[in-house]
Amino acid sequence: MIQLVDVRKTFDDGKVVLKGISTVFESGKTNLIIGQSGSGKTVLMKCIVGLFEPTAGQILYHDRDFVSMGKHERMLLRREMGMIFQSAALFDSLSVLENVMFPLDMFSADSYKERRRRAQFCLDRVNLADAGEKFPGEISGGMQKRVAIARAIALNPKYLFCDEPNSGLDPKTSLVIDGLIHSITREFGTTTIINTHDMNSVMGIGEHIIYIYEGYKEWEGTKDEVMGSDNEKLNSFIFASDLFRKVKAANS
Amino acid sequence: MILSSYLHALGRYLMLMGRVFSVPEKFVMYWRQYVKEMIKLGLDSIVIVLIVSFFIGAVICIQIKMNIESAWMPHWVSGYVTREIMLLEFSSSIMCLILSGKVGSNIATEIGTMRVTQQIDALEIMGVNSASYLILPKIAGMITMMPLLVILSTVSGILGAYAAAYIGHILTPAHLTEGLQYDFHPWFFWMGVVKSLFFAFIITSVPAYYGYRVEGGSVEVGKASTDAVVASSMIVLFSDIFLTRLLS
Repeated sequence: MIQLVDVRKTFDDGKVVLKGISTVFESGKTNLIIGQSGSGKTVLMKCIVGLFEPTAGQILYHDRDFVSMGKHERMLLRREMGMIFQSAALFDSLSVLENVMFPLDMFSADSYKERRRRAQFCLDRVNLADAGEKFPGEISGGMQKRVAIARAIALNPKYLFCDEPNSGLDPKTSLVIDGLIHSITREFGTTTIINTHDMNSVMGIGEHIIYIYEGYKEWEGTKDEVMGSDNEKLNSFIFASDLFRKVKAANS
Repeated sequence: MILSSYLHALGRYLMLMGRVFSVPEKFVMYWRQYVKEMIKLGLDSIVIVLIVSFFIGAVICIQIKMNIESAWMPHWVSGYVTREIMLLEFSSSIMCLILSGKVGSNIATEIGTMRVTQQIDALEIMGVNSASYLILPKIAGMITMMPLLVILSTVSGILGAYAAAYIGHILTPAHLTEGLQYDFHPWFFWMGVVKSLFFAFIITSVPAYYGYRVEGGSVEVGKASTDAVVASSMIVLFSDIFLTRLLS
């Protein structure tokens, strides 16, 4: 479980991006942060994982305050995290298998054979059993995202973060990625936070959704509650496309 | 204003070095990187070092013979001056200046690209000290390989001078040998090696700083690479004065 308590972020140039966000992300659920571009959702994600320091507020990982932690404690806590970046962020100089093995090589005390077996298991889990010897530049964007998922789960993380995992992918591959993240969350009981503006993800795997609008938490609920919400700002964001307006009309 | 920005940059550089020189998470992983960097930064630079040094050694010998030597100067002057220039300045300082272009742009571009493609963020999220993991093996690898490059450069430069003697016939090999052996101080060799160790640190750590701090995209990576080469070259030149004075 990750709890945010009045998280605020103001940059050095005086720009206020987060204006006091509080919420709870529960374990074993896919938690989605949605919002328009520039609403502050990426900054919020970066604050949660510690790439940005919040100006005020608390970020509690199972009651351990990440903001007030020392460097060493943070390093240790980070070993419980896995993250899938928008660009996949695979190491170019390493093969797919070596990428997945990297966190194991760095932090696991297991033998080489066991580490390799674990990495292969993770690749199998994302249906990339045969891609181990390839390099990131030789595989498609969707495959890179799946490798990133395999690397993120290699150390059995308690917390899984996904920054726009479907960006740049076709709808079919996006569904595969969403399905993988959702099933891994269920399977391992991770606290998963996904930063997205893909409405298919919202409707497909949004067990807990928070909508960020201009740095505030404007709305919070589930994918089922999205349909019936009368929040104007949320509706103008979710039902911006014809397709979703028709879906809503059909539902109502 | 300019002074303040330089001081800020110096502070950030020192803070980065503070992170670089910390205890590795797993020694084996750093060792693996260290070996890779020795090959990439050191061994892969041998060819350029040999070629440049060979020709510079030949040219110094020819220049001294054609322009300095006269009837009232001893015949060993060309060999003596060639040796002293190669040992004291070229193989340590100027060679590092040349390498700062090759090695410096390589390091700044590699780390800068890792920054803009979020690979450094990925390392940080995993709990890896990215500064140390990426930069420390490069510094250690270059410092390890530098004495070898200095020795090879000196030897190649002297071979170049012999080539000028044997092929160009501008002086006799015997005169060149006499000059190369005349009044030799072994400390001059060690001075070149000591200086090159400092320069090895500069031409790896300064570009690493520029690469690590990149924000933006490919344009910014390119700019960081250029800035890194300019800055490390300038620092090598300035520190050469102080080191030469200190060690002479």
